[in-house]
Amino acid sequence: MITTIIYTIVCLVALGLLFSVVLYLVAQKFKVEEDPRVDIIESLLPGANCGGCGLAGCRAFAEEVVKAPAIGSLFCPVGGDATLEKIAAALGQEAVKTEPRVAVIKCHGTLDNRAKTNIFDGYASCKVMASLYSGDTGCKYGCLGKGDCVAVCKFDAIHIDERRGIVEVDEEKCVACGLCVSACPKSIIELRPRGPKNRRVYVSCSSKDKGAIARKACSVSCIGCGKCAKVCAFDAITIENNLAYIDPSKCKLCRKCFDECPTKAIWAVNFPIKVPVAPRQEEGQSPIVNNES
Amino acid sequence: MKRTFSIGGIHPKENKFSRDAQIETFPLPYVAYISMAQHLGAPAEPVVQKGDKVKVGQVIGKPTGFISSFVHSSVSGTVTAVEPKGDLAGIPVMHVVIAVEGDEWCEEIDRSKGIVREIPFSAEEILEKIKNGGVVGLGGAAFPTHIKLNPPKDKKAEWLIINGTECEPYITSDDRIMRERPDEIAIGAAIMMKALNVEKCYIGIEENKPEAIISIIKAASSHPGMKVVVLDKKYPQGGEKQLIEALTGRRVPSLALPIEVGAVVQNVGTSLAVYEAVQKNKPLIDNVITVTGSCVPLQRNFLVRIGTPFSKMLDAIGGLPKDAAKFVSGGPMMGKAVANSEASTLKATSAFLLLTEAETKRKEESNCIRCGKCINACPMGLEPYLLNKLSRIGGMYDELEKEKIHDCIECGCCLYSCPAHIPLLDIIRVSKAEVMNIMRNRSVKH
Repeated sequence: MITTIIYTIVCLVALGLLFSVVLYLVAQKFKVEEDPRVDIIESLLPGANCGGCGLAGCRAFAEEVVKAPAIGSLFCPVGGDATLEKIAAALGQEAVKTEPRVAVIKCHGTLDNRAKTNIFDGYASCKVMASLYSGDTGCKYGCLGKGDCVAVCKFDAIHIDERRGIVEVDEEKCVACGLCVSACPKSIIELRPRGPKNRRVYVSCSSKDKGAIARKACSVSCIGCGKCAKVCAFDAITIENNLAYIDPSKCKLCRKCFDECPTKAIWAVNFPIKVPVAPRQEEGQSPIVNNES
Repeated sequence: MKRTFSIGGIHPKENKFSRDAQIETFPLPYVAYISMAQHLGAPAEPVVQKGDKVKVGQVIGKPTGFISSFVHSSVSGTVTAVEPKGDLAGIPVMHVVIAVEGDEWCEEIDRSKGIVREIPFSAEEILEKIKNGGVVGLGGAAFPTHIKLNPPKDKKAEWLIINGTECEPYITSDDRIMRERPDEIAIGAAIMMKALNVEKCYIGIEENKPEAIISIIKAASSHPGMKVVVLDKKYPQGGEKQLIEALTGRRVPSLALPIEVGAVVQNVGTSLAVYEAVQKNKPLIDNVITVTGSCVPLQRNFLVRIGTPFSKMLDAIGGLPKDAAKFVSGGPMMGKAVANSEASTLKATSAFLLLTEAETKRKEESNCIRCGKCINACPMGLEPYLLNKLSRIGGMYDELEKEKIHDCIECGCCLYSCPAHIPLLDIIRVSKAEVMNIMRNRSVKH
């Protein structure tokens, strides 16, 4: 009885030793040379594997950073500058400062502003809806409100406001990874610089329809009237296909265009609320959103 | 046993309410909105301008590419605008808008009632006449007929197949034309046989249309090589590949055209349009449209001029029925919902269907229970549950291609048979478009 147990133990130990030697030799033979810095850098990254950098995940980013001659071309939108500085320090390079960005929705066709013309009863997905027809409102460019962007967001930073029927970005959570931008079949999400003190001015509309048609479909649409472009002192606004675009690199946040816009399609966010301009506030729907409070 | 295709298929309720309603001529619209994209391929280019006077049958759009077609005016009057307007899905398409004045036809169109039986034209002349008549496939896809009748030189057609199955529920327009105009359809088929230089022609009709079968058999008896085949009732028998298999026993390979197995399929409506274009010089300016639905008080079949707004058709049935909730252009299985009531009829519009809320309401989706009903139902032998699953993961395009998602004919059998009410087709259709796009880009590169 006892000898059987001893034999068993001896046999197993002998086999274990034999296999460990074989495994060691095989491991030596097929060893993959890897830069030890990859592991270090991966540990510095946020580990969200969101793909916001354009690569397959954090590991791929780390491998790419180690290979690249300078970090300049690579950027982790989640970690931002703080992470990049750490990476640069680990690699002994100079960090390149980038402007932090945030996703903005270029549509404000809420239920109050944009009446429904039909009911979509198919599968609740913007992609499916966009493949079938122009949408359940008179505007064929705006938000479909089925939440493909919400489904892809890994940071819980974008939500559908059911009551108003539109998506909204939680700018504190948004890391500008760009997943929502590529998920939106109507391409109404743009990554814009956050701006000083999170203050920014942008056109919250994507309609390329002519003024009368756009206005009929949605009361806060850009009608391409060009008043904003005329009033802008910095040439930051261009009108193309009946739609204004504010170049964030030229915009000085003076908000003249915001005051001028007849349809309130231009938004100015996170500015302190202006006191004297009465008529805008009276309408109750002031697009000034104060997120700082 | 009657013939049918071997894989999959379903038996939806027929609901052919309007099958005994004679074809009536629909009153002329006050304004006709004629779309320039009524066919598969490149849209036609308008050749008229605002203020021009046009007659019925006059060319108002000319083809812009190889796969394209002429568009003719279906009414006489003055062109009031040439501008993009929303189609039935609300997507802007170039339209010619004509304010109707009287009903003046082009002189060369033979409007007499008599049937012209002699076919004095050569194959080239026939193709030219079909092309100039703007004839497209009226089965649904609206593929230009002259291209389909002119297969590549190295491929030889053996059969012409005339599709009179009308397997979609509700629609009766093909049934009616087969009952009322069988001789014209048979002559149209004979013209196409001559153009293709084939000896054999099958006309496939489902067994639920006995009157049509009898009248077509009578009409076809005077044409050598033409044979009427009665088919078992099964959806989607009218699908090109399914019909070829049911009639010839040959299966069209994946990604191949029917000509690979020697078949050319045309719809009975197309056959009638070919007859009119070749024998009567009448271009495709009107078609028979079924106006139906359980909530419609009077089920009708109308001969409607192309470009008549859908809203006008609502007037014809006595206004909007109280419980109508959804308009569909085409049948309930493959038709498209009309999101824009200002849209107008196209060449390939076969029905205007009104559904009530109870009929259209989707049941809530639950989890897949792996019952395999969708696999049993799929007429292309695909695995819809798997395609759905892969599509929902996102980015699995290689796997989807391996599972032959591009073979999907979007017939909706999977969705119809799913006990969990999973929107299989909605999801598969989107990934199919993406996979086909990838495949196209790849073939361009190579």
